[in-house]
Amino acid sequence: MMLRGLFKLTWIEIKIFLREPLGAIGTIVIPVIVFLVLGRAIGGKLPQPALAANTFIRVGLPVLASLLIAVSSVLSLVTIISIYREGGILKRLRATPLRPQTILTAHVIVKLLLTAATLTLLVLAGKRYYPVGVHVPFVSFTIALLITTWSILSIGFVIASIVPTARFAQPIGAIILYPMFALSGLFVPIASLPPALQALARVLPLTYAVRLLQGIWDGDAWSAHLGDVAALALVFAVCTALSTKVFRWE
Amino acid sequence: MPPVIQASGVRKTYGATVAVEEVSFDVRDGEIFGLIGPNGAGKTTTMECIEGLRTPDRGTISVLGLDPVRDVYKLQDRIGVQLQQAQLQKRIKVWEAVDLWASLYQKKTVDAERLLEQLGLTEKRNAWFMNLSGGQKQRLFIALALINDPEVVFLDELTTGLDPQARRAIWELVRGIRERGKTVFLTTHLMEEAERLCDRVAIIEHGRIIDIDTPLSLVKRHCPERTVVLATNDPSAAERFRAIPGVQEVVCNHAEFTIRGRGDDLVTEVIHSLSENHIRVTDFRTVLPNLEDVFLKLTGRSIRD
Ligand SMILES: Nc1ncnc2c1ncn2[C@@H]1O[C@H](COP(=O)(O)OP(=O)(O)OP(=O)(O)O)[C@@H](O)[C@H]1O
Ligand SMILES: [Mg+2]
Repeated sequence: MMLRGLFKLTWIEIKIFLREPLGAIGTIVIPVIVFLVLGRAIGGKLPQPALAANTFIRVGLPVLASLLIAVSSVLSLVTIISIYREGGILKRLRATPLRPQTILTAHVIVKLLLTAATLTLLVLAGKRYYPVGVHVPFVSFTIALLITTWSILSIGFVIASIVPTARFAQPIGAIILYPMFALSGLFVPIASLPPALQALARVLPLTYAVRLLQGIWDGDAWSAHLGDVAALALVFAVCTALSTKVFRWE
Repeated sequence: MPPVIQASGVRKTYGATVAVEEVSFDVRDGEIFGLIGPNGAGKTTTMECIEGLRTPDRGTISVLGLDPVRDVYKLQDRIGVQLQQAQLQKRIKVWEAVDLWASLYQKKTVDAERLLEQLGLTEKRNAWFMNLSGGQKQRLFIALALINDPEVVFLDELTTGLDPQARRAIWELVRGIRERGKTVFLTTHLMEEAERLCDRVAIIEHGRIIDIDTPLSLVKRHCPERTVVLATNDPSAAERFRAIPGVQEVVCNHAEFTIRGRGDDLVTEVIHSLSENHIRVTDFRTVLPNLEDVFLKLTGRSIRD
């Protein structure tokens, strides 16, 4: 019975998302275009041999693009949850036999599907225009990205619990999430950071996400990244436990 | 038959604010029961405790024999709820909302299309929620409250903000719900609404129930005064009216007299005096006290203050 409700709610939320002005275009098409433009601008200028040596172009950029997709999904979740709370939509849904977890699960599924769809488009477009060159384990990478998204979504729920009004949801979420990119090892190797920042990087979930995504993109086996997956799972467990305590329905 | 809703000694605070001080009442099977009171009296809080959306600090509540806190999902399967302040997703279509709600209940739901038709929403079935008028939104919320064929329906201020015509249409709908054998629990701060719609009302103020009864009995009990207003140019009128037994006060404003007194016989006595003294009147009406007056009497202030 609850599965029927979950299925219906998920399906309706997808339809509603697609009806938003800029809904699909803003979250799916724009990242793909940015990725292509960036990729061509940087990649096109480099001769092939140099490209192979430049790990940022080969691995960093796709991982950055994927993470941006994940984070924008999370920010959109934070915004939706706070709008739904402010408008009393969450409360109205809670006045039915629907379990609270089911409501949140539906939104998580929508965001995961969205992330997967955007990634697929990105890879399809990238194959044609962007010299990825090496064979990329696409299925594994998608799974890795979904694990990452799942984990950051749980941070999103904590953020959604603390933002005072829907107006602040997007900026507060961005302030919390985007700075993590700087220390994630994407731009500067973590080993070359000062010790204090290294310690900070080690507790940020994005660091593990980057290591996992880069590794999988590069063809590593899953067994090499069990630690990263475990770290992301831990983030999920802690944030979920925290948000069940602090989450506000109205 | 045991009462459908039993609340006794219910108390609920939000931090330092005492929203509901101490509330006890029963709602009987098949009646329209109204909780009336001014803004902030604790109507919504009381109702949400009964619906299982809030946990009272103290007191016991039983709805259809269930405990709203412990058996919340079982209860919500059998009741229908309309909240005072609720929205739906802006771009959800009317039929999608009804269809979604129908999928949430374990028990058999009613036919969605027929429900939309009964509520006059068939034409709007493909419209987005954000494009509905206030009255259409309210009707949709009533539809959602009725989709599971509930045994008890909770309606919190469902006509607030509607024009008189839409309000009357909604009243008809609510009477229709009762006719189908369901119990209705509603809140309002419109005395007229309570008077016309409710079988029994409870007057609540500052989180306490002041009195519970049928609107008529409340008026009889608390406002036994009768008032006659008439217009005449007869110079001896005031003197004659003051001599009528039971009259307590005669106020003359230009040619209009307001005669106040007690007892069911007052009007008869006034008419009798008019004919006996051959007083020619150009206007005559009686003013009956209503719930508004009861409220004023019980609380010392008007509900609108
Ligand atoms: N979520 C809340 N947090 C804090 N205080 C609240 C909350 N909800 C209600 N209150 C306070 O509790 C008191 C009772 O509020 P309630 O909403 O039950 O009144 P009401 O009778 O429904 O009023 P209205 O006619 O305006 O709907 C008010 O003083 C209100 O400010
Ligand atoms: Mg209220």
